[in-house]
Amino acid sequence: MGKHNFGYFFHEGLSNMFSHGFMTFAAVGITVACLLIMGTFTLVAVNADANLKDLEAANEIVAYVDESYTEAEARALGEKLAQLPNVTSVEYITRQQATESFASQYPDEQLFQDLDPNIFRDRFALKVGDLHQLTGTASQVRNTKGVVNVNAYEAVAGGFITLRNVATVVCVALIAILFVVSVFIISNTIKLTTFDRREEIAIMRMVGATNGFIRWPFVYEGFLMGFLGAVLAFFFQWGLYEAVAKGVGTNDTLRLIRVVPFASLWVPVAVVFAAAGIFIGVGGSLSAIRKFLQV
Amino acid sequence: MIRLKDVEMEYDNGTRAIQGITLSIEDGEFVFLVGPSGSGKSTIIKLLTGEVEPSAGRIMINGFSVSNIRDRQIPMMRRTLGVIFQDFRLIEKKTVYDNLAFVMRAVGAKNKEIRERIPYVLELVDLAEKANRYPTELSGGEQQRVAIARALVNNPATIIADEPTGNLDPERSLELMSLLVKINELGTTVVVVTHEKSLVDRFGKRVVTIDAGHVINDGVGRYVGGHIHG
Repeated sequence: MGKHNFGYFFHEGLSNMFSHGFMTFAAVGITVACLLIMGTFTLVAVNADANLKDLEAANEIVAYVDESYTEAEARALGEKLAQLPNVTSVEYITRQQATESFASQYPDEQLFQDLDPNIFRDRFALKVGDLHQLTGTASQVRNTKGVVNVNAYEAVAGGFITLRNVATVVCVALIAILFVVSVFIISNTIKLTTFDRREEIAIMRMVGATNGFIRWPFVYEGFLMGFLGAVLAFFFQWGLYEAVAKGVGTNDTLRLIRVVPFASLWVPVAVVFAAAGIFIGVGGSLSAIRKFLQV
Repeated sequence: MIRLKDVEMEYDNGTRAIQGITLSIEDGEFVFLVGPSGSGKSTIIKLLTGEVEPSAGRIMINGFSVSNIRDRQIPMMRRTLGVIFQDFRLIEKKTVYDNLAFVMRAVGAKNKEIRERIPYVLELVDLAEKANRYPTELSGGEQQRVAIARALVNNPATIIADEPTGNLDPERSLELMSLLVKINELGTTVVVVTHEKSLVDRFGKRVVTIDAGHVINDGVGRYVGGHIHG
């Protein structure tokens, strides 16, 4: 393809877009909706995953030691716990350390500053490798002789896992449906253009234009519609994400959730949106013009 | 050069439009193809332009074997032809210049070639002053001359005109046919399908008469044979 042809095809594709303004608007709109829904669910899944990783990094099963155990017995128990599957590290925390740690969390509360260490128990902070196995590991810890109680954030971890799984499933299902809808609408928009230009296409064929030459303006039209949809969807997604992040940050309950900054996500979001938009646009145009290319 | 050897054409609905035609047109010839409606003239045009494939026989046109041509070769074969239609088939939203530039771009011409070639061709058909007009601003005769310019602009070896004077009054028809003769004198092979007997007789060129899918007469000069119906 010569350089001058690139300009010609681009110009033709652009003017095709404006020849059916409403259909172009509908096609771009549905592409934006498709990408926005896909992007939103993907970003929910990304954030759920990030929070899961945070939880894994800070994951602790706290195992409280029987008060009748001496320090030597407690340390032996620690070695036993370290050998359990999925346990990656075990830290022994004496009741004195636990008291100090608790007091340090409430520096302004005088009431908590001179607590008797005997109201706390010696404990182990255990880290696990795979958060999916948290419940099973907690159960094994609980059943170990010498452990009287266990705290594990099973509900929180389970919540994030469920959220991530639901977001992934919904995302995949919606992507499949909306991709088909988008391709269908773009395809129909371009069919209108090809119908409008059927006489030109017939003349082009009669004078010896190749299928490639006839095809390119319509491919450009689809490309431009898909790309425009991707650009608009990106900015909508950015605005939506920042608004949700702000909402999460100012809500007392939700601010426990860490929202990944958009600054660290915009590059993959832009690349995926552009690729998906172009794929939808070009795919739609190719499906629309197939029948016009019979010689 | 055009060669048809024992060509037959039967459409899917069973109509036998062409029944064993053998015909040869040399480079630089001017040929009228005449015959009544339904005689098979339009089918011959479609066969020559590769729109339909013959049921039997062989067709050679400007070095291409149309009867067993590959799909990707059809555009190359069509570049050797310029086709003129009765209804002009100009693109109304493009100017005269753009109607011509468009078909040059379609075969990969560069902008410089387009800028040089179009004024020359418009001069040839006496429309240089109307390059920036739209087809709807032109008379029927002028529109047909634009169609001739469009057929010429890619410098084809052969021009095929399908009833080119069908929508024109007698004076404009005569002008147009004179233009085609002039183009032929410049070296282009011209095949004109028509049933305008007076025009055919006036120019004294080779006349091939088709009837019921057969060549019933092939001779130079005036039309001879049965009636030519409109």
